[in-house]
Amino acid sequence: MNFDLTDERQMLQDGLRRLLADSYTPDARKAIEAGDNGFSPDIWNSLAEMGVIGALFGEDDGGFAGAGFDVALVFEELGRVGAVDPLIDTAVLGGGLVAALGDAQQKELVEGVIGGGVQLAFAHVEPTSRYDLSRVDATAEKAGEGYEITGRKAVVVNAPAANHLLVTARTSGKASAENGISLFLVAADAAGLRLRNYPLVGGGQASEVVLDKVPATLVGPEGGAYEAIAAVNARAVLAISAEALGLMEAIKELTIDYLKTRKQFGVPIGKFQVLQHRMSDVALEVEQARSAVINLAGHVDAAPEVRDVHVSATKNLIGTVARQVVEESIQMHGGIGMTNEYELGHLAKRLTMVDHRFGDADHHLERFIALAVA
Amino acid sequence: MDLKYTQEQLAFKDEIATFMKEKLPKPISDRIRQGQELGKAGYEQWHAILNEAGYLAANWPKEFGGAGWDAVQRHIFEDEMSKAHAPRIVPFGLSMLGPVLQAFGSKEQQDYYLPRILSGEDWWCQGYSEPGAGSDLAAVRTSAVREGDHYIVNGQKTWTTLGQFANKIFCLVRTSKEGKLQEGISFLLVDMETPGIEVRPIVLIDGTPEVNEVFFDNVKVPAENLVGEENKGWTYAKYLLTHERTNIAGVGASTAALENLKRIARLEQDGGKPLIENPHFAARIARVEIELMAMSTTNLRVVSQAAAGQAPGAESSMLKIKGTVVRQELNALTRMAIGPYAMPFASEAMEEGSNAEPVGPDYAAPVTGQYFNNRKLSIFGGSNEIQRSIISKAILQL
Ligand SMILES: Cc1cc2nc3c(=O)[nH]c(=O)nc-3n(C[C@H](O)[C@H](O)[C@H](O)COP(=O)(O)OP(=O)(O)OC[C@H]3O[C@@H](n4cnc5c(N)ncnc54)[C@H](O)[C@@H]3O)c2cc1C
Ligand SMILES: Cc1cc2nc3c(=O)[nH]c(=O)nc-3n(C[C@H](O)[C@H](O)[C@H](O)COP(=O)(O)OP(=O)(O)OC[C@H]3O[C@@H](n4cnc5c(N)ncnc54)[C@H](O)[C@@H]3O)c2cc1C
Repeated sequence: MNFDLTDERQMLQDGLRRLLADSYTPDARKAIEAGDNGFSPDIWNSLAEMGVIGALFGEDDGGFAGAGFDVALVFEELGRVGAVDPLIDTAVLGGGLVAALGDAQQKELVEGVIGGGVQLAFAHVEPTSRYDLSRVDATAEKAGEGYEITGRKAVVVNAPAANHLLVTARTSGKASAENGISLFLVAADAAGLRLRNYPLVGGGQASEVVLDKVPATLVGPEGGAYEAIAAVNARAVLAISAEALGLMEAIKELTIDYLKTRKQFGVPIGKFQVLQHRMSDVALEVEQARSAVINLAGHVDAAPEVRDVHVSATKNLIGTVARQVVEESIQMHGGIGMTNEYELGHLAKRLTMVDHRFGDADHHLERFIALAVA
Repeated sequence: MDLKYTQEQLAFKDEIATFMKEKLPKPISDRIRQGQELGKAGYEQWHAILNEAGYLAANWPKEFGGAGWDAVQRHIFEDEMSKAHAPRIVPFGLSMLGPVLQAFGSKEQQDYYLPRILSGEDWWCQGYSEPGAGSDLAAVRTSAVREGDHYIVNGQKTWTTLGQFANKIFCLVRTSKEGKLQEGISFLLVDMETPGIEVRPIVLIDGTPEVNEVFFDNVKVPAENLVGEENKGWTYAKYLLTHERTNIAGVGASTAALENLKRIARLEQDGGKPLIENPHFAARIARVEIELMAMSTTNLRVVSQAAAGQAPGAESSMLKIKGTVVRQELNALTRMAIGPYAMPFASEAMEEGSNAEPVGPDYAAPVTGQYFNNRKLSIFGGSNEIQRSIISKAILQL
């Protein structure tokens, strides 16, 4: 057993931490929020140049790392600065799906993703599918060489900036069946595709997507995309959990700092035992969160029945701890923790939103019961 | 022991329910039901309707133009207001300053200010907190120095709720640096149109400019605006806080929030079924509802002990903790209920007069903002940590 980073990973972590510290100033983030993309193309290009996007892919797919621990390392660093770049959407989900299911020509997109020139979004969630991975109502029908998709997709993160959407649609089976789900590539300017764009709480952008007979190319086997979607979803859960861990660490440091400097009744408020104990609880729960991320990182490429137990255990714990960290840190800050201007506001909002993607704590509690308890 | 209302109380309840049905304007209750903000004009309109019926100052004695109701009547009134989705009564003039002036103000101050609170001519805000004086309120430094028949005020207040709407501010100011901190504080009424006052908005975590910083630069305040005696302000300030904490349990608001949560959980789909049929989520709702049922009775036990016009004592600290925790849990569950639609940032859909189409179901738009905004409940009016210290000192004698 060894919990140290390898030399390569240590180098990646050091470099990425430096890059983010230099580029992710609070002012830079405000500029991003005011811009049209939901992220900064300059920072995105530096991430690509440094090889950060490539670190999320294995050598077979043109990357140079791609193990669970690489994914965890990258996203924890992004979380620490509250980064809003759509790495989960373009790289882990979009790039991951094309790498898993695409043919040789389609896989050129992965090269584009690693190089930084391509943006992707995964249009899977629907207005009433909630966190149910196999619930797909959108349908695709054969039309000449390709297909046409009709349906609606909800909260498609990074769709406003995406060059292509990866869209799931049903080619057979009933609404909740795993069989019959197919994956398609849809160009951003395809006829019949309508996007309503909006900003997200905690940064980034998304769209409500309406598809009316939109021309699409099949990626992978017709009706047989579910397994790959579940595998890529597991990596996305790992990525967002690691990002949550980074956010928790940043919030923890900020709060400890505040407890040491804010004075009331003539002493730093960190001298009040009730706050000491609650901060200690937060710190120990963040260690639990770190262990949960390590557990998932070590099992994300395991067989589905092993992998999914860890997916649900980790996402449940992360969701539960995230709420405690957010609520306690705001409370211990007092009024200043309620403001938009102070750094905590952004970090707390971003951390809270983690529970609303890829299944919340309750959803994964139920899945864990089904997989490991019952 | 009798848990039922008397015949008279039932008749009173009917009277209030009928009033709400007939007089509460639908555009206003629709906004409140949907969790949207009400602008200044909306509050003023609702205050005027209540004032015409004599219901506005529920907690004031009749001699000052109040309703003169006892604690149970006030509870019934609050309850019916929440059920009807009426806006809250803006507390600064009515629940805070009013009782202080009635107890400690001069006859002139009572005659001048109290009618103006009822008529809506004055919108008051609360100038207690400062950057260095939050929980430690006695540390206020904003100074008032007597020069002839004026005080000259210098310093800064902060977190001033709805100060952007106010034309008047009541302030705790330092008039002496001798002795204990508490013994050098005075309670001063200030017209916000006086030269030297600057109000700057603070945007809260949900994107709303709900609070402000208020700066005082050599502001000249007539000496007759002092309430009571110089350096006795701390007594009045604490008296005000106990009144601020009446209705602190917010049973009505939580009842409305619970109803909204259940409505949403019936509409949301989870695995092809209504979310409310999911046993884990149903259990979460049940836990808060059980808390709320007990709290409602705790609240009645406390308020029925307080005489008409009086505020409950340290027990109100228990109500504040329980009330805010229940309300915050309801807000958190509602956020969970809407699933991925908690993510869109929908600030413009919340503003009065906006026709922006909501993203996702219409009930989702205000939910995430409310969750974050109501974290304030356990911070202001004496944080929940401060309330626990009050309980352990005043009730448990530790
Ligand atoms: C089953 C059992 C086995 C034990 N075995 C051993 C043993 O093998 N060898 C040995 O030496 N001792 C042993 N102990 C004794 C144990 O170490 C003491 O019980 C323990 O240190 C607490 O001391 P106390 O019981 O005097 O409680 P107290 O110290 O009087 O504490 C009472 C309560 O006050 C709290 N408290 C005390 N100080 C503070 C503070 N500063 N801040 C906040 N809260 C505080 C405590 O947490 C506790 O809740 C054992 C005790 C038990 C119950
Ligand atoms: C939305 C909002 C609206 C407000 N509106 C108004 C208004 O209209 N007028 C006005 O005057 N004020 C207003 N306030 C201010 C509010 O009353 C203060 O925020 C509150 O008193 C806490 O002070 P603080 O923010 O300085 O936090 P601090 O006092 O710095 O507290 C920080 C943390 O330390 C804890 N703490 C402090 N002292 C102790 C102790 N002795 N023991 C244990 N823990 C302790 C607190 O509980 C908190 O968790 C408002 C605040 C908010 C957030």
